[in-house]
Amino acid sequence: MKSLLKFITCGSVDDGKSTLIGHMLYDAKLIFADQKRALEMDSKIGSTGGELDYSLLLDGLMAEREQGITIDVAYRYFTTEKRSFIVADTPGHEEYTRNMAVGASFAELAILLIDASAGVMVQTKRHLRICALMGIRHFVFVVNKMDLTGYDKNVYDRIKRDIEELAEDIKTESLYIIPVSATKGDNITNPSENMKWFDGSPLLSYLEEIEIEDNSGEGGFVMPVQRVCRPNYSFRGFQGQVERGSISTGDEIVSYPSGEKASVKELYICDKKTDSAVAGQPLTIVIDREMDISRGCVIVSERKVSVNNLFKGKMLWLDDEPLKMGKSYYLKVGTKKVPASVIRIRHKVDVNTGSHIACDTLVKNEIGVVEVMLAEKTVFAPFDDIREIGCFILIDSESNMTSACGVVEHELRRGQNVVWQDMDVTRELREQKLGQQARTVWFTGLSGAGKSTLANALEKRLIMMGRHTMILDGDNVRHGLNNNLGFTDSDRSENIRRIAEASKLLNDAGIIVMVSCIAPYDRDRRNAKKIIGDSFREIYVSTSIEECEKRDVKGLYDKARKNEIPNFTGVSSEYQIPDCADLVIDTESRDVEECVDEIMDKLGL
Amino acid sequence: MAELSHLDKLEAEAIYIMREVAAECEKVVMLYSIGKDSSVMLHLAKKAFYPENPPFPLMHIDTTWKFREMIEFRDRMAKESGMELIVYTNDEGVKKGINPFDHGSIYTDVMKTQALKQALDKYGFTAAFGGGRRDEEKSRAKERIFSFRNANHAWEPKKQRPEMWKLYNSQIIKGESIRVFPLSNWTERDIWQYIERENIPIVPLYYAKERPVVERDGNIIMVDDDRMKLLPGEEVQMKKIRFRTLGCYPLTGGVESSADNLHDIIGETLSAVSSERTSRVIDHEESASMERRKREGYF
Repeated sequence: MKSLLKFITCGSVDDGKSTLIGHMLYDAKLIFADQKRALEMDSKIGSTGGELDYSLLLDGLMAEREQGITIDVAYRYFTTEKRSFIVADTPGHEEYTRNMAVGASFAELAILLIDASAGVMVQTKRHLRICALMGIRHFVFVVNKMDLTGYDKNVYDRIKRDIEELAEDIKTESLYIIPVSATKGDNITNPSENMKWFDGSPLLSYLEEIEIEDNSGEGGFVMPVQRVCRPNYSFRGFQGQVERGSISTGDEIVSYPSGEKASVKELYICDKKTDSAVAGQPLTIVIDREMDISRGCVIVSERKVSVNNLFKGKMLWLDDEPLKMGKSYYLKVGTKKVPASVIRIRHKVDVNTGSHIACDTLVKNEIGVVEVMLAEKTVFAPFDDIREIGCFILIDSESNMTSACGVVEHELRRGQNVVWQDMDVTRELREQKLGQQARTVWFTGLSGAGKSTLANALEKRLIMMGRHTMILDGDNVRHGLNNNLGFTDSDRSENIRRIAEASKLLNDAGIIVMVSCIAPYDRDRRNAKKIIGDSFREIYVSTSIEECEKRDVKGLYDKARKNEIPNFTGVSSEYQIPDCADLVIDTESRDVEECVDEIMDKLGL
Repeated sequence: MAELSHLDKLEAEAIYIMREVAAECEKVVMLYSIGKDSSVMLHLAKKAFYPENPPFPLMHIDTTWKFREMIEFRDRMAKESGMELIVYTNDEGVKKGINPFDHGSIYTDVMKTQALKQALDKYGFTAAFGGGRRDEEKSRAKERIFSFRNANHAWEPKKQRPEMWKLYNSQIIKGESIRVFPLSNWTERDIWQYIERENIPIVPLYYAKERPVVERDGNIIMVDDDRMKLLPGEEVQMKKIRFRTLGCYPLTGGVESSADNLHDIIGETLSAVSSERTSRVIDHEESASMERRKREGYF
């Protein structure tokens, strides 16, 4: 069986990536006759000169053909006498860097193209750093378009020196630099007649022969649990892929994060019972005792992993939305998805020079070194030790976008190294943590109009939807916070002011507040609106005085009519009807739930 | 320790993907088109969840124009697998008499694309496995393994989510769905070699046999039932042919071949001079036709 090499091509736009691969496939006679015919036809219509445009073999999307650029990564599969290859051809445009990173995460080797007439560009350096971040350790630098320099060895030597200097910054296991012309075919599949001064192998020969060491079989066993298989009461197996090492029946295993131990009773590779399994195989493990193991746990044997909720890592920001410190994202590592926040950015990396820059956010295409806090203790490892549980993605919990990808450098212990970023915990952040927007919904209306009934029903509805709420009821507040206030005009104003201030504090905590309180005077309600600000929503519960008197649940109207209660709103004290309420609710013709429906709908809660 | 073979790695990747989807997605279905890729996918699903049955049903979008041997094979496979089989047909299209002879690309839209959308909506599936491979065609070469569809089932190629390592992001909002392609990285050659290695049953139409055919527009079309009307000058001949891909019989061209066993089929595949989709009539129209259909919701 031939070995497989997965590689990517990257580099700046117009460096000739698609042309290089297209030409390689064409020369090595690896394209079908119908594809060749289509290419010859497309070239006549699409290309500039009438020569074969090899890039048309790869640029598959309509938008790309129209714009003549590659916007997304394209995978090609080919096999030569010596090896099978999967190549991810990636976009050069800075805007599509994240698509280039997708290709890099999949590859073992990177081909970086450099335009000989332009030299090493910023984009070349960015791609190199991203390849290194994503774990690529084998690099081939293709100095392309040598034909445009008259195949000048001096040009090549100068660029070669720049590359060697650049490569000192990153971890490499192999490095090859080769001068080619992708359009003319020099040093692609055959040694170039035009550059006899170069004595290395042509590109394809090099790719056929380069050895990529696979050390996944070494060291102890690691398997993140994907799912629990229980077809019946008697069978309970833990399914996952062996990522590292090997395992045999009878071996002792440990499940993390719990740290509980057990022995392996049975092993299945797919549907075959077996005595042992090795890295790369899909496995089902049955153990000799009852243990609480579920998706996201990691089963190991004789291998050290971290179980922690804090780590330092390096990541590439992918999202158009910049990183928000403290915001709750989902982090996926191995098979575990857990809420997580970036609590500190140590620095970002200047892609051009590699120097460290202080910053308080990361925007698209930036690389940063960060500290990440997880909502619970999670199993992971340094990327360089166990790659499969050392890489992670961050998912935006609102847009579901994959916002960032990164690698774990090492765990952090609390109190050691951990410094919280100078970060304002703002109302916005608290709201985001609670997953809601704070509001004060202020119900005003006559006594007995149904304010408290509506406020309570609304709160129940919101709580059922997972919202965080609080009710301030005018009557109840008077027993505590406002127990020194009576019903004079000035005391009524002070009552409202205090309720408004309390609402604002709760809103600042991210809470949705329902206030039910008569608040008869326009000036007081306006003052409340001023205190509470944009979150204030006024609902006038418009039940008529006649209906309220008819209901008179607490017998208050009766007493007021007998002059037993002085200053009673609607009877012996004025109620000023709001003229600019956000919503007027009529409770006389509908039931409570219909009213709540309308409030939810109209106020967008 | 012996290194895993190329096929072992592809198998492990597909199984990993299937287990991830089963664990993370809410309502999963496997689209079963009866072809060789579907056969491989079904075989992998049975392996992935063993000793459990795959925790999702199979679904076939039946245009009513599939080869008869395909339908027989489908029913037999579903029965043997113990999985539920959902068969969905766009009855509206049948009523209107939409057929591949008279309606061309409208037929594909109504009986395949619209039917698929209707079926996914009807059952509320949030994730559907498909047997698509990146080596089939240029726009597929650019598609992710987890490919997202908006509420109208449309693919937005410019908005593909980054897919890093094997950390698949399966989060969607209500109405969106995911098409998952566990065979993305397989080539036609891998499929055949795996079928041989695992002894996977496939529809007999893949093997060369004497079959009644006519030649039409350069394609060899099998006369599978009497709904196929002969054009003036056409004559049914018996030819030893086989099919490299299977679909609706009037739209699927066969190739003359004597390969009546897997070994010979693999030999033919390795020395083929045409890519397999050339035998699908609808793909000839224009080079970007596949991408256009996918944007409209075709699988």
